[in-house]
Formats: sequence, structure tokens, C-alpha cells
Amino acid sequence: MTTTMAATTKKGLKLDAALVGRIAIILVAIAALAYYFYRPQQATAVYASTLRQSTPLVLGALCGLIGERTGIINIGIEGQMLLGAFIAFLVNVYTGNLFLAVLAGILTGALLGLFLAWMSITLKMDQIIGGTVINILALGLTSFFYVAGLTTKGKLQPIPLGPLADIPLLGPIFFNNAPITYLTIILVFFFQFALFRTVWGLRTRAVGEHPSAADTVGIRVNVMRYMNTTLAGCLSGLAGAYLTLEAVGSFERGMTNGRGFVALAVMIFGKWTPLGSWGAALLFGFATALQTQFQFLGLDFIPHQFVGMFPYVLTIVVLAGFVGRSRPPAAEGKVYDPE
Amino acid sequence: MSDADKSTIVLEAKGITKRFPGVLANDSVDLKLHKGEVLALLGENGAGKSTLMNMLYGLYHPDEGEIWIKGERVELKNPRDAIDRGVGMVHQHFQLVPVMTVAENVMLGSEITSRGGILARRRAVKRVNELSQQYGLEVDPTALVEDLPVGTQQRVEIIKALYRNADILILDEPTAVLTPQEANELFRIMRDLTAQGVSIIFITHKLKEVLAVADRIGVLRGGRVVGTAEPSTSTETSLAEMMVGRSVILQVKKEEARPQDLVLKVENLHVKDDRGHLAVKGVDLEIRAGEIVGVAGVQGNGQRELVEALTGLRAVEDGRVTIDNVDSTQFSPRQITELGVAHIPEDREKHGLVMAYTLADNMVLNNYYQKPYARGIVMNKEAVVENGAHLVKEFDVRPPNVLTTAGKLSGGNKQKVIVAREFSRPTRLLIAAQPTRGIDVGSIEFIHNQIVAQRDRGVAVLVVSAELDEVLGLADQVAVMFDGRIVKTLPIEEATRERVGLLMAGAEV
Repeated sequence: MTTTMAATTKKGLKLDAALVGRIAIILVAIAALAYYFYRPQQATAVYASTLRQSTPLVLGALCGLIGERTGIINIGIEGQMLLGAFIAFLVNVYTGNLFLAVLAGILTGALLGLFLAWMSITLKMDQIIGGTVINILALGLTSFFYVAGLTTKGKLQPIPLGPLADIPLLGPIFFNNAPITYLTIILVFFFQFALFRTVWGLRTRAVGEHPSAADTVGIRVNVMRYMNTTLAGCLSGLAGAYLTLEAVGSFERGMTNGRGFVALAVMIFGKWTPLGSWGAALLFGFATALQTQFQFLGLDFIPHQFVGMFPYVLTIVVLAGFVGRSRPPAAEGKVYDPE
Repeated sequence: MSDADKSTIVLEAKGITKRFPGVLANDSVDLKLHKGEVLALLGENGAGKSTLMNMLYGLYHPDEGEIWIKGERVELKNPRDAIDRGVGMVHQHFQLVPVMTVAENVMLGSEITSRGGILARRRAVKRVNELSQQYGLEVDPTALVEDLPVGTQQRVEIIKALYRNADILILDEPTAVLTPQEANELFRIMRDLTAQGVSIIFITHKLKEVLAVADRIGVLRGGRVVGTAEPSTSTETSLAEMMVGRSVILQVKKEEARPQDLVLKVENLHVKDDRGHLAVKGVDLEIRAGEIVGVAGVQGNGQRELVEALTGLRAVEDGRVTIDNVDSTQFSPRQITELGVAHIPEDREKHGLVMAYTLADNMVLNNYYQKPYARGIVMNKEAVVENGAHLVKEFDVRPPNVLTTAGKLSGGNKQKVIVAREFSRPTRLLIAAQPTRGIDVGSIEFIHNQIVAQRDRGVAVLVVSAELDEVLGLADQVAVMFDGRIVKTLPIEEATRERVGLLMAGAEV
């Protein structure tokens, strides 16, 4: 084979991938619309549920990608979410204040983020072990202090955005949500912009790709890593608060149900970008939303266990197909030690 | 010293001492840099050049001594302090983020912004263009760094320093990755810069370059400045003696080769790199017993993949490799070793030795499973240690203690351990990749002599090196590799530096 041939094949493949992607999006849109015209109410319910189901996944993925873009692998998202959910829940139960409760959830996530940063930067621990420590810690603490029968005092309620909420199809899906879901959509665009268009983003990416390059131009690599891992923790904590205060209204043991790990798959599928992760999270959210709607669709010939498996199967497929193909930040998981 | 002389000093180090655990890296070093001059800092690897420069750039901190910049005594806590005082450094390993554009890399850390920390990318591109015109450093600001050839990446590094208003430029081994022509282009740039008032410290261990470009020469040995010299009154030999501390023979001594029967035959070899792109694109190569074929080429033109394919470390996509008429294309590394192939790998710490193992264990890595080192599944420790002790003596490894771990040795001694292991078996083919990279002159001489001795014993030798002088010194046939192909094979008599240099850059000669 000659060079020119290799180059054209490569280019051709790239082009095809983009084209296939676009065709896929159009097909999905057509299918979604067709479903809407066939069963308007049901379709709207599935789509709205998709968005809500995707919320904790996007937040988890944002947490993961901010960490990895700075060079810290965070597999403790699950634990951050779980403990965040639990603390947010407790604060609400004992103060009755939803706002304080959300803040407490965020703060819990941040503290665990700081803890991860301390383990991986100051103690130079293996980051996978550090994340596992957080997961086990959160599972243990929440199980030990769990008191059955408590419920939150109130839940975060949907806020319809005036006339926007009355637009058919789009209104109920996008403009009639509870606060954390709105906030999440804003955060996606905020971080997309921040990561690629601001000084913070440029430095964050440099630190995750080539820390010594950042160091030699005067960027303090480990300070940056501490800051970002803690900041990212806030998002996981927020995802936890979403679960107890917005989605369910109470706390259950292990209620995150692997969402923290699915969030990592979402992040990889989204190629470590906020927008990409949002798209991936919607896909996973859709898979979850289908679970609840399958019975209504009259598809009860499929055992519900199989339907419940769907998001996790999708995770495996995505991880098997995409890990290694998309390129993670080059310096992730590596201790930076200048001398 | 007259006042006029003093006023032109832009940077001065006084009595700089730096210790690392167990090593005195710099021992009261004095250094002066005048405005608009090129000061060449010459020294072997490990002489303390890089340590000294890292202190001038604020990456390390001197234990004793003073640094003066433009008449002011300074404490450089971090690179930012050095940058603020106009010191710029181009590191030996480029400090560029491959997935970012040239403009992004240039402004990183001192970004051009509009309000609120938002990057002003268009203005950054404009600034890079201005700098590139002012100093004749051609580069496309919107290109991704990973797509640029090394010569251009180096220009980006220089622009990066100039962008930060550096007027003192430290170039750490800048020519290590360049072809001779690219190096000449760099020297032109250096002269342009000094003409515009920039002062340059040029670190190297290549004597020719020092004589070509320096205004003054400082020589470092064992962490001390052992002398200064003027290029006009110096020769390569005099500088080498200063650098090493004794007289050295720069030329590899060898008789004419007497090639015999064919040992290695490579036909139409295709190999992919780590990213799955073809890196070796149809290599044909023949090596006879008793001759050295040297592969010259700029790093990254498929040499690594070629060597890894020949030694069984990398899958062959297409083509055929035969060693002594045995088709070894699909052989495992062990099968290839057992054909009598010795391999000195490019990365001695990663592929040559197990750092945590003792020297004795490292010496039997390629035959530990054979008698007398193994009896069934049990290792025979005494035989291993005895073998190690014997080789350590024969190959002059220091310290001569077979129970030290390999990680504790210096680069040159690590390389000697590998050479000892590989040469201690009957060999038909020797594949040596970068056999002397980063090691001291004494060890280089030793290893070169060993390679020539192997040849004279009737071994077929393949030497791959990024150092053109090494290839020209050792080889009987020079094969020039460019873009995954051997573009030309020349007998050593016809392989002049200029001709090989042009071939390395892809020109037809």
C-alpha cells in the first residue's frame, strides 16, 4: 500500500463517520417526531423523562471530564453522588430548607473532590484506588447512618417558563422542569464555553495534556488540579442532591445505582467534551426512560429485567466500542512531580 | 573588569552550587552572558548543564550562590519569575501541548484575553504572525502542534519565549532532533536573534556546532566550569579534551569490513506505529556477516518501528524478514533471540533492563530459562550470580556489584549491562538502536569498540542512531531512512554529511 492510498482511506473514513453521525441524528429526529404524531402524550412523557434521567448522568460526566481534563481520573463519582444525596437529604429533613439542602449536597461533593485531590496529588496515591476509597467510604457511611422511613420536607418542583412551556412537544420537555435540571443544561453550555474559550479552560487542558509544558510557562499544575477536582466534586454533589431532592424525595441505600459509573461511560462516549457528554447522556437517559414506559407500550412480552438491563448493556457496548478509539487527555492519572 | 564590559553583562551566575541526594550536580559554577552573544555551554551528559539552566529558569533552586540578571540580584522561585525578567528557555524535550494550536501554545500562561478571561484567539494569531515575521520564524499559528515537523515545533518554542519578551534565551540541546540542514537554519535564526539584541546560551555536546555558532565557549565537567575558550583558537580535539578531561579519540578505530554471507534480509516490510498508521512503508534491507549497516534518519521516520519489527516486538503488516535463511517474520522475540539476534533497545530503561532487578538477574533476562540458570522451574541463583560477576568484570560495569539494582546505575553503566548481556551469547545479528544516547564519552568509546569487535568476529550489525556522526563513524554501509522508507543506501566512502543530511530531509540526491 502506498502513502497516498493510506491517506485517502483515512480521510474517507473520517468523512464517512461524520456523515453517518449526521444521518443517524436525522433518523433519530424523524423517528422521534413520528412517535410523537403516533402517540403524542406517551412520546412527550418519554422525552421529558429522558431529559430528567440524563440530568445526574450529565452532571457526573461533567465532574469526570473536568477532573480528567486536568489529569485526575475520578472513579469516585458514584460515591460523591451517593454521599451528596445522603447529606442533602439529611439537611433537608432536619432543616426543612431545600436550598440549604442542595448547597449541602454540593459541598459534600466538593469535600470528597478535595479528598480525592489530596490522595492523588499530595499522597501520590494511585487515582483508581483513591476513587475506590471514596466509593467504599460513601457506601459504608450512608448504609451505617441510614434511618428507614424518613422523607424529605417537600421536593424541588417543576417551574414552567411562561408561554415557552406551552409550545407543543418542546414546551413540556425543555421548559417545564425543576431547578436542577434547568441548571444542568446551563452548566453544559457554560462548561463547553469555559473549557474551550477561556483562560481557565486553556490552562486546564494544558495541565491534563502536558503538565510540564504548563509548569514551564508558570502555571501551577498541582494547584490547578486541586482546584478543578474540588470544583468538579460540586457537580457530583449536585447530582446527588438531584436524586434525593428533585427526583425521588427520599433516600434509599445505594440509590445512585451505578449512575456514577455510567457517567464515566457517558464522558468517554462524549469524547471528554460537555456537549458531547450531554448528547451521550440523553441517549442513556432515553434508555432509562424506556424502562418505565415499556409496560405502557404493550411490550410486556419482554421481561422487565431485560428492559432494566438496557442502560447497563449500552454502557458495556459503548465502553467496548469507544474506549481506545477516542483519545483521553494524555497526562491523566499521572502524578506531576517537577523535581 | 572595565565598566563598559560590566554594563553589557545581562546574566551572571556566581558560585552556584546544587546538590541532589548523593550527587553534587553543580559545584560553585561561575558564568557570564553578554548582551547579543551566543555563549555555548559544552559538556557531557551528566556534567550539570541542564541542572544549571533549570536554576537560571527557576525550575530548581540553587543551594548556594547568586544569580544576577541585568545588574540585579534575583531569587527565582519559579519559571514565572524568570519569565518576568526576560529569560526564555527552549527545553530539550519540547514543552508544547500536541493537541493545541501554535497560537494556543504560544500564549499559554500569558494569554491574550478580552473581558473576563475569555481568550482573544484572533489577536493571538495576529501576535504570533508579527513575531514570526519580525524574527524570520516561519510558522502557521492555526496549525495543531502535533501535525508539525520537529524543526517547526522548535520555532514555536522560540516564538513562545519571544512572545514573553525574552531577551535571554536558553537553548537546551536544540539540535538533537534536527537534520544538519535544519540545524543550519537554526543557527541562522540564532544569528538573526543576536543581531536584534537577544543573548543566547546554547547548550550542546556537539563540538562542530559549537565552533560554527558560538561567540564564546564555556566547558562544564563534573558540575564545574573547567574552562572557557574562543572558537577561533579552538579545535574539536581541544574542546573534547576539556570536556572529558583526558585525550579522546573522536574517530571510531576500525579496519575495513570483510563482508561474508548474507544474514539479514528484509523484503518490502510494512509496519504500523502505535496509532495504527503505517510507519514503515516498504523497507528492503540486506546485511552480511562482518559488516555494519547504519540507519541514518531524523527521529520518527519509522526507525523505531523497523527495529521493533525485526526483533519481534511489533507485528509485521506485510513483507518478509529472513535471518540466516529462516523466515522470522512471525517469530516471537524469544524465537528471534534464539536465532542469535542480539538487541540493544532504544529505550534502555523501558525495554532494556528491569530497573528493580539486580544486575545479575538482568544479565540473564534473555536466557534465564536455559541451563545452567534454570533447572526445570527452579532458578540456579549461584550460576546467575557467577555469570553476572564475570560479565561485570569483563565489561567494566561500575559499581562492580552484581547485587545492586539496575535502577541505581548511571546511563552509561546501564547500557554496559545491556551490552554485556547481549554480547555474552553466540551472536549472528546485532541490532543496536541509539546505542550511545545520553551516555558519557568514555562509555561511548567502549560501546563503539565493542560493536566493531562484534563485526570483526563475523556478526552482521544494524546500527540505528539519530546522531549522524555515530552512524558515519561506525557504518560500512549507510542506509538513509525517510518517511518509512530506506531512500538510499550508500557505501561509507560516498556518505558525506551533506549528502546524507539532504537525504534525511527527503531530498533526492
